[in-house]
Amino acid sequence: MSTTDARRRQIVGRGIPLPGNDIDTDRIIPARFLKEVTFESMGEHAFEDARKQNPEHPFNQPVYQGAAVLVVGQNFGCGSSREHAPQALMRWGIRAIVGGSFAEIFFGNCVTLGIPCLSASPEDVDWLQKAIGRAPRELVTVDVEKQEVRFGDRVIRATMPDGPRTQLVTGTWDSTATLLEAGDRIEATAKKLPYVVGF
Amino acid sequence: MARTLLDKVWEAHTVRTLPSGQTQLLIGLHLIHEVTTPQAFQMLKELKLKVRMPERTFGTLDHIIPTTDQTRPYADPLAEEMAAHMYRNVKEFGLPFFDMSTGRQGIVHVIGPELGLTQPGMTIACGDSHTSTHGAVGAIAFGIGTTQVRDVLATQCIAMTRPKLRQVRVEGALARGVYAKDVILAIINQLGVKGGVGYAYEYAGPVIERMTMEERLTVCNMSIEGGARFGYVNPDQTTFDYLRGRPYAPQGAALDRAVAWWRSIATEPGASFDDVARIDGSAIEPIVTWGINPGMSVGVTQRIPSPESAPEPERPTWREALAHMGFQPGQPIKGARIDVAFVGSCTNGRLSDLRAAAEVASKGKVARHVRALIVPGSQQVARAAEAEGLHEIFQQAGFQWRKAGCSMCLGMNPDKLEGREMSASSSNRNFIGRQGSPQGRTLLMSPAMVAAAAIAGEVADVREMLR
Repeated sequence: MSTTDARRRQIVGRGIPLPGNDIDTDRIIPARFLKEVTFESMGEHAFEDARKQNPEHPFNQPVYQGAAVLVVGQNFGCGSSREHAPQALMRWGIRAIVGGSFAEIFFGNCVTLGIPCLSASPEDVDWLQKAIGRAPRELVTVDVEKQEVRFGDRVIRATMPDGPRTQLVTGTWDSTATLLEAGDRIEATAKKLPYVVGF
Repeated sequence: MARTLLDKVWEAHTVRTLPSGQTQLLIGLHLIHEVTTPQAFQMLKELKLKVRMPERTFGTLDHIIPTTDQTRPYADPLAEEMAAHMYRNVKEFGLPFFDMSTGRQGIVHVIGPELGLTQPGMTIACGDSHTSTHGAVGAIAFGIGTTQVRDVLATQCIAMTRPKLRQVRVEGALARGVYAKDVILAIINQLGVKGGVGYAYEYAGPVIERMTMEERLTVCNMSIEGGARFGYVNPDQTTFDYLRGRPYAPQGAALDRAVAWWRSIATEPGASFDDVARIDGSAIEPIVTWGINPGMSVGVTQRIPSPESAPEPERPTWREALAHMGFQPGQPIKGARIDVAFVGSCTNGRLSDLRAAAEVASKGKVARHVRALIVPGSQQVARAAEAEGLHEIFQQAGFQWRKAGCSMCLGMNPDKLEGREMSASSSNRNFIGRQGSPQGRTLLMSPAMVAAAAIAGEVADVREMLR
């Protein structure tokens, strides 16, 4: 992928609100669906148990099919480091997430997949979830570059730490390519470590 | 200026500062298992790259393996396929691999320390959030996703932002019947499940200093449950004594030089932290979770709290937790009926955990309605326990003595809850569906408390049995 295609300056799509705090990665994708050697089928299992138990779950509602911007509460994606969780969301169709806050490993996994996660105030998240619920066909604009989310006639502040935001905006979130650029400085760093050279 | 272990280890492993402002951090030890690596190896093959430092990469099988009959092919074809991929990948890339035939297989976070692979001053990564466990020896150890596993395989590095540092001081002394598990559950309860986001935890204070290495491993294991990506304990004499003689630890004169370096990387007196939290260790009693995240817990003599006692934004989650668990506010946690008892996992599957459970198991029989499993954390733990006769104590009391693996901590193998079964578990997560049944329920507690619950058939106060 060229860096031009990889740029994540702005994501525009329909929204899907998912209220609640501390939604863990076991909830996003239960462990029994991890027994796959590829990520291909993950999308169909996103929130599978929660959806079976609650017909009203947003991921079940026809009106939200095709949505691209997920709006969540606090500490979203806590628990297991399984990349299967953001993979499931991405393969379901999610391209950006706006929320109160994110668990760190989940956030980092999203960056490596090119999915921006922006944090907004609890009041703004609450407003956005309700506003999308009232007008689910309207488009949400997640402006990663300007750190704001636009919906209807309202603009809310939604931020992301500078490092990962720069990677997404400039299309340099392919971490392997970036890390490889260090070349033999990697081995040079290793050789200075007493435990690598055998004390 | 006095420096912290985090300052020193981070600096020693910094390859460069990336254009994004993040650090390119060298990973000194990469641990891999069958669940989070097949896609990473596939990506590596597509990029036509080799493993950058195969001698710093070690694999095992733990998540999907059965704990009864471990001969291949496994009965579950999906599990068999994952194992087959693991065998193929470690062979193709020439990586050291601890399978059952080596006698060193086990949960990745149990075998790292017990083999002496895990050492002070290292950076350690693994595609598993409980990699924080290894911080107990004074390492910076954290979980990563599969794309980052690819990064570490290909470059021995990851891109990461340095977290802030909070010292968590556990003061006083623990009472009898109170274990390391209770300490970390108390910390999470006090600081919250998201209190550690953006932080690393340095565990310190008299309670931590007096702990054995296995107890410190339990504490660091659940750092992630408090939102902190990693936690560590400064290396001290307990650490050095623990590592001495382990297969991958330095030996002889090299060990003396290693100890000198390990001492030098510890946090210096007078170092400052971004935050300091204090926990009164003397006030901790055996703890049991009542909800759907590890912060929702009470002392065993307490009652399940009302959602109205929680801050307003937390109340919907508390109500959801009570509904899932089938509990009423004000109900005592003691006496809650259980169906399953599970001792094991990377949190509490070590020899000292099995000893604590066996001490209780020797005092009674598993209640008739309870299915009770003891799953050692590794083959080595199993052998050591059997040498002491612990397996016989368990079997005579009606517990099943299983083979090493992750087992019912996450239900990726045949060990699962069924329906709405209630489990007393020494594992680390009580998330909805975690133990293999979408409606299953989990009460987290120490291994001794699990054994007590297995015998009583309900949540019990282990202190009454230890009298």
